[in-house]
Amino acid sequence: MMARRALIAAMLLAACAVTPARAERLVVSLSNHRVAVTSSFTGEDLVLFGTIEPDRPQTALRSAYDLVVTVTGPRQTLRTRRKDRVLGIWVNVDSREFVRVPSYLGVLSNRPVAAIANADMVRRMQLGLNNFLLPQRIGPDTADTVRDDPFRVAFVNLETQYGLYRESPTAVTFLTPTVFRVAIPMPANAPTGSYGIDVQLFTGGVPVARTNSALEVIKAGFEQFVADAARDHGLLYGLFASLMALLIGWFGSVVFRRD
Amino acid sequence: MQIYLPIADLPVNIFLVLGMGLAVGFISGMFGIGGGFLMTPLLIYIGISPAVAVASVTSHIAASSLTGAITYWRKRAIDVALAMMLLSSGILGTATGVWLFTLLRELDQLDLVIGLSYVTLLTTVGALMINESVQAELRARKGQPATLRRPGSHTFVHGLPFKLRFKRSKIYVSAIPVWGIGFTIGFIGAILGIGGGFLLVPMLIYFLRVPTATVIGTSMVLTLVTMASATVMHAATNHLVDAVLALILIVGGVIGAQFGARTGQKMRGERLRLLLGLLVFAVGLRFAYELVVQPDELFSIRLVRGE
Repeated sequence: MMARRALIAAMLLAACAVTPARAERLVVSLSNHRVAVTSSFTGEDLVLFGTIEPDRPQTALRSAYDLVVTVTGPRQTLRTRRKDRVLGIWVNVDSREFVRVPSYLGVLSNRPVAAIANADMVRRMQLGLNNFLLPQRIGPDTADTVRDDPFRVAFVNLETQYGLYRESPTAVTFLTPTVFRVAIPMPANAPTGSYGIDVQLFTGGVPVARTNSALEVIKAGFEQFVADAARDHGLLYGLFASLMALLIGWFGSVVFRRD
Repeated sequence: MQIYLPIADLPVNIFLVLGMGLAVGFISGMFGIGGGFLMTPLLIYIGISPAVAVASVTSHIAASSLTGAITYWRKRAIDVALAMMLLSSGILGTATGVWLFTLLRELDQLDLVIGLSYVTLLTTVGALMINESVQAELRARKGQPATLRRPGSHTFVHGLPFKLRFKRSKIYVSAIPVWGIGFTIGFIGAILGIGGGFLLVPMLIYFLRVPTATVIGTSMVLTLVTMASATVMHAATNHLVDAVLALILIVGGVIGAQFGARTGQKMRGERLRLLLGLLVFAVGLRFAYELVVQPDELFSIRLVRGE
């Protein structure tokens, strides 16, 4: 017990020693932590406000900050299929499984990520759609492929078309050199679940501060009820749907009875 | 006005879907068919996944078949015994269809099978209908009587064993083709999201010689029960039935069918069959076009599992 405490103390000391004199802290606040998908949901823009503050009072701040916000939706396993011509018709011939990849991936920054840090840093910190880790099942293993792998490119393109993956170098606006505003677009087809928001601050191509936030997309009211019922009580739901159809069919024949 | 579909997981314009229900309902009422072969492709066209479209349309067809079946019941134009015989194997066919549907989805070949089956079925049936109605039209021009049934002409079907007598339809046929037809319709309906009325009616007429008086009513009973059970089975196994989508379609369909039926009654039978044949054929060609022409996007994504 004593040894562990001593170790922690030593680590803390070491951490303090290597921290530069000038350090930043990020304070962020999300306009809405809960997005409710109701029957009239057609997408929504969330706003994340934040400031860059000195870690300790009276320490100076640097200038020219860059901010990269990565929003990741609940993980899903998706299969990407490729069509090819077989005997004159187009058939799915090949497929790859993307294992536990984010169902929503938004990379939002104040300028292109490639301009914020060097290529090595950008890749290491998984900044941008090209560098985010998207593991594929390859045989018994899972691994991300090279960024120009046709399946990976197609997957990212399709998700971008659906509005679920996006990279926007203009979504972060600096209102003052230290106060920023991030527009997080939530499309109508945003999957339900919890979303992670990773905010990273750079200056001169070096990461200097990082913070996290989260939001939740939930189906609300009737939609929630229907989706839950379909998933958890399939048989009962089916019986109900069938009965509903029959009732309306019967009602139609009564209302429009002509004889 | 946009409404969010909870199972299809996308927002659609409620009036667009209602309009589609009305239009397909109108056509189904006019020709006395379920209209699934039109509704399923339309839903796929507006962005709903083929799997959800097929599963949800089954309940729409169940509703329109019930409306139709009640009308025929009042006219005493349903052969209950024949309907029961068809049903006993129809349900089995539906269950097999739902099972194969799940399997094909797993193998990523569901869309292909749906496409190919639509092409084959619709172009064949469409061509046969066009041919038959044109011939009838020509015969009518020449002043010959238009006869659909050729009394006394027997096919191989009449040589089969296990013969049963169906009083209302005044036929005496083997149980084997009856079971076979029921199974086929249930099977096709579950996979393709069609009631199969446009297949069942000709089958009953040509193979079993069911008279026109009872054929449509009886076929509607079969469609009604197979489609209602397909809804339950699709919901229980694949969780793909979108009740909100189904509700909008059904309301549109039931209203549309009433106006369609009135229009249909004003038209001559041959003309009506020609129109239906052309429609069926056109939908078949549309599917063929999609299979043969290189798609804009060769890649597609399917959800394997969420968290």
